[in-house]
Amino acid sequence: MHSLRQYIELYRDNRDTIEAAAAVIINRRRPEALRALEAFAEQPAPRTPYRETSADLLYAPDYGLNIGRLQFAVDLAASFRCDVPNISTLLAVVVNDTYRPGALLEKNLPAGVSVMSLARAAAEHPEWVEPYLDSLSACATPTAALNSLLLQDGVMVHISRGVRLDKPIQIVSIFNSPTAMLAVRRLLVVADEGAAARLLLCDHSQGSGVPYLSCAVTEIFAGAGAEVEVYGIEEANADTVRVSETHARVADGARLLLNGSFLSGGISVNDYDVRLDGDDARADLSGLVIGGGSQCAANRVVLRHHGRRCVSRQLFKYALFDDARGEFGGKIVVDEGATGTDAEQNNRNLLVSDGARMDSAPQLEIYCDDVRCGHGSATGELDANALFYMRQRGIPLDEARMMLTQAFMSDVVDAVGYEPVRDRLRHLVEKRLGGEAASCANCSAEDSLCNR
Amino acid sequence: MNELLKVENLRAGIDGKEILRGINLTVRPGEVHAIMGPNGSGKSTLSGVLAGDPRYTVTSGTATLGGADLLALSPEDRSHEGLFLSFQYPVEIPGVTMVNFMRAAVNAKRKYLGEPPMGASEFLKMMRQKRAIVELDNKLASRSVNEGFSGGEKKRNEIFQMAVLEPRLAILDETDSGLDIDALRIVASGVNALRSADNATIVITHYQRLLDYIKPDFVHILYKGRIVYSGGPELALELEEKGYDWIKETADNADGANTGANA
Repeated sequence: MHSLRQYIELYRDNRDTIEAAAAVIINRRRPEALRALEAFAEQPAPRTPYRETSADLLYAPDYGLNIGRLQFAVDLAASFRCDVPNISTLLAVVVNDTYRPGALLEKNLPAGVSVMSLARAAAEHPEWVEPYLDSLSACATPTAALNSLLLQDGVMVHISRGVRLDKPIQIVSIFNSPTAMLAVRRLLVVADEGAAARLLLCDHSQGSGVPYLSCAVTEIFAGAGAEVEVYGIEEANADTVRVSETHARVADGARLLLNGSFLSGGISVNDYDVRLDGDDARADLSGLVIGGGSQCAANRVVLRHHGRRCVSRQLFKYALFDDARGEFGGKIVVDEGATGTDAEQNNRNLLVSDGARMDSAPQLEIYCDDVRCGHGSATGELDANALFYMRQRGIPLDEARMMLTQAFMSDVVDAVGYEPVRDRLRHLVEKRLGGEAASCANCSAEDSLCNR
Repeated sequence: MNELLKVENLRAGIDGKEILRGINLTVRPGEVHAIMGPNGSGKSTLSGVLAGDPRYTVTSGTATLGGADLLALSPEDRSHEGLFLSFQYPVEIPGVTMVNFMRAAVNAKRKYLGEPPMGASEFLKMMRQKRAIVELDNKLASRSVNEGFSGGEKKRNEIFQMAVLEPRLAILDETDSGLDIDALRIVASGVNALRSADNATIVITHYQRLLDYIKPDFVHILYKGRIVYSGGPELALELEEKGYDWIKETADNADGANTGANA
């Protein structure tokens, strides 16, 4: 994968600057990351049917990095145009790759809940960072290796034992740069035994026509009996590429919910690696993609059942308009000894336009008897009978399509357990579909998204 | 008297197979027409073609509704012009509530007519009034369109929608199929309550039964894609008594004679 070489060179040329701004724990990971990335760079690009989302191509453009840690001004108000009122969160912002806590965040965090920069966490609470950071991503992929090689700082969320936080912690990542930029982003979430927390992760980009690439790695640790919910909403512009890896380990009796929504962006590739380590744990993964124009969105899941009597549910739905492309790869692995496993995976896709394309690859790998595993995948068009029925009642074709698409997505939206976030997501989906219908009539998807 | 619906020499088919082979039909305001005929004669095709079901292709002929060229309009605009089709098999639409469905339909029509959208309380009041016409349970309004409705509820729901949209021409496609006698009575009395001197109804049915409740002014017999026989209400009774065989025989003989003459 030759495209990775430019980043190796960039690191070699700027090593001192990059390391000067970073914590020792992060710097200590770089030699291994460098070795791994060099090895990936020497390998031929893996053969994949999904050309658009191959790492080699995604990393090929020459993006700049903000290794000097310049502060960029951002218009926060602009990124919150689509906020539904009545959602009260503990807000933190990441501008490009730099963490900026909200003015009131520190004051509003209850005892036992910490949201801070990774650098600060490493200095003040090395015990929160050292055992965990990179332990799951482990430079195992080009994205993970690149992230560990160039990472300067990230965000740490720590919930102490038994602390149950009701209000969501919202982390908004915004791109704002006058020139093409690669942002290396990292999030580490550690929920101790019996802790409970909700995270809302929003991705935005400001200014159109500037290519952005987000290389994001998230590691989540749900301790015994912990409950962690993570909701991601991506609403970026067409020039933004997002490559994201989410790794999670779920201990005895813990519960993890991951829900990701792609509402707009250029290319979005999301890998999930979830392992139910303990017994009686549960993971719910869901996601929705509404793609238009030439957008491309991929979700690839590897969900591993390791403990006994664990339950996992997956539901991913795509609605693709215009020439949008969608990709779903879902693998359930049941390890030897994971008796009483109950796993289900569902992928449902709607091709609204003739130019849209969907690739779906559900897989099961079972090394244990006494398990219940189910998976299904279906890709189709809108129901012609329903469309005609609605039009006969006077509902115009575009509106009928929108209503049916929204109805199609309703169970993924309902999978959001926390009501304010669910309402917000429903509202965003409605708006997104409304914009899509308008864009079909007279303008490009990008314009309609920008004009909201 | 002026014509509400005028269909002339209408030919249409599906997947290249001709089903309607020259339909002529005129319906005036205030009238009820029954269209009867054996299975496969083209009854449902006729209603689908008039409503603009994209599965059908019209090959020749004309159809106007109150002077508007129906065949040139999209299905939604035909609806706005006052055409309503009560479906033989009402479609279930999971995830779309009856309230949202009807609000979208009502406001689309108002937009077409250049009127502002209906206010929320006015809309709900109207829904309540119209529901009463067919004794439709309030609970169904918050459910998804037709999802989990019984056969009778689905048909009552069709007439409820008709009451809301106040069409000039309603086509009831086998509305009696799958109904028990109580549901049939409720549906029929709903249809009768909605009749006026300005609107008209086409009742498509197999059986005389529904026509005991909705009295037709004219009865047409459709056979092999043509109206082969028209008469008054007594024709329906005659069919009930004698079946379709005598019609088939007469029509087939005439067809045979014509074909013979042409050959």
